[in-house]
Amino acid sequence: MQSSDNKKNSGDSRRDFLKKSSLITAVALTPAVAMKAAESQADERFAALFEKIPLNITVNNKAYKASIEPRVSLLDYLREELHLTGTKKGCDHGQCGACTVHVDGARVNSCLSLAVMNEGKKITTIEGLAKGEELHPMQQAFIKHDGFQCGYCTSGQIMSAVACVREGHANSRAEISEYMSGNICRCGAYPNIVDAIVEVKEGGANV
Amino acid sequence: MINFQYLRTTTAKSALTLLQKDKNAKFLGGGTNLIDLMKRGVTAPEKLIDINHVPLKQIELVGSKIHIGAMATNTAVAEHPLIQEKLPLLSWALNAGASAQLRNVATVGGNMMQRTRCGYFYDTEMPCNKREAGSGCGAIDGFNRMHAIFGTSDKCIAVHPSDMCIALVALDAEVVLATPKGERKILFKDFHRLAGDTPQLDNNLKADEMIVRVEVPLNNFAKNAYYLKVRDRASYAFALVSVAAGLELQGNKIVNVRLAMGGVAHKPWRLTSAEDFLKGKEATTENFEQAAKLSMTGAKGFGENDFKLTLAPNTIIEALNLAKSKA
Repeated sequence: MQSSDNKKNSGDSRRDFLKKSSLITAVALTPAVAMKAAESQADERFAALFEKIPLNITVNNKAYKASIEPRVSLLDYLREELHLTGTKKGCDHGQCGACTVHVDGARVNSCLSLAVMNEGKKITTIEGLAKGEELHPMQQAFIKHDGFQCGYCTSGQIMSAVACVREGHANSRAEISEYMSGNICRCGAYPNIVDAIVEVKEGGANV
Repeated sequence: MINFQYLRTTTAKSALTLLQKDKNAKFLGGGTNLIDLMKRGVTAPEKLIDINHVPLKQIELVGSKIHIGAMATNTAVAEHPLIQEKLPLLSWALNAGASAQLRNVATVGGNMMQRTRCGYFYDTEMPCNKREAGSGCGAIDGFNRMHAIFGTSDKCIAVHPSDMCIALVALDAEVVLATPKGERKILFKDFHRLAGDTPQLDNNLKADEMIVRVEVPLNNFAKNAYYLKVRDRASYAFALVSVAAGLELQGNKIVNVRLAMGGVAHKPWRLTSAEDFLKGKEATTENFEQAAKLSMTGAKGFGENDFKLTLAPNTIIEALNLAKSKA
């Protein structure tokens, strides 16, 4: 029985075999598959199983070139590869907002974005908010209003708060609460966070 | 997360071709649901086809319909002046869902394709006929507070999680699909399915098809509409019950009405019997109560979600009253 199975496998095409094979075999066979894809007319970028994908990305105004597995989240790329650990991993499932960064100016949960989806994008993290030693007005307001306790959610809160003001969704305390609801604070600093955002909004500072 | 092949494409045609080549491939839009499911091991596609660069982000008036591309983000739709003016119900429903961060990347097509949030579906140690056909349903005799009261089967009592889709079904939207034989159109109300004996199927999209856009006919509900979502938190929570209500009034007379409910069934639940009852009647609380009562025909609780049998009609009445008082 076993020998006939082996025989059957040996008759499979290289492509079929690749699909069934282990990681090591897949890597070994990558060039053949890549060539096959290159033959097709589709305007696709191709990557074989387990192959790393080229990534060009700008983080806090600095351009990076990387080669990365497609399964790596933007969050893990920022923290583990670039060592920008200001962006926090809270739930890792898009429920808490601790990982909030700006992608081309829009706030997103970096835990639910694959790094490779961000090819050519400009990312801003909490590390990119201050101008040298001068804190961003939102950072200053969070300190002034005691907008945190343990601090774990804070970088996500601040990134989200800056976006909230920029989007024009900080016109009332109620609106701020609604548009900040994607950022959970287990210490319960919410009233102070809203105070900080109100001050930045009313102060009219360029955020 | 189990690794996968990653492909990127910039045209709908090549996206479809790539999909047809491989049954184990999935489209990747915003990824806010799919990536989460992959992290949890609920699904493990061999290939992801990133369609974020496919130019299907249009939001435009074409004749008497508003076309919304499948790749338009929830934020782009909710904040578009055309949507806010002509289809405010859709805008409110979108903004009632998820968080600002998620709406910034989540797409219209992805929203339609999102899976249920039933805890048994997400927990791979638990039985779930939707995740693994034939493994059983943990929810029917288990923790079912969030679950369905309409159209359930003995295989699955999960609910459809979207807010956007509740508004779209109320607004008589249509879905345009790209297929190997060209485009086909189906009514939004026929896009999602009841669980029946095949709870693994959420909708009627075939394996080799792609959502291209949604078309919403212009209507006269903009003035008197409301999306009322009842949930455990004031924001950023899935619905216990939600109601999309649209009234077209002449004086206090209901010329036309649309009602749909979320959080109660495996698909967006249109309340046609209530609509039929209300048409031509006065917009009074008594008539709203009667309509709500009619809507509950066939409702069935499973223990922990019995409260929905009361919450649902109350939400219908409240949504209608709020829609009426908008003017």
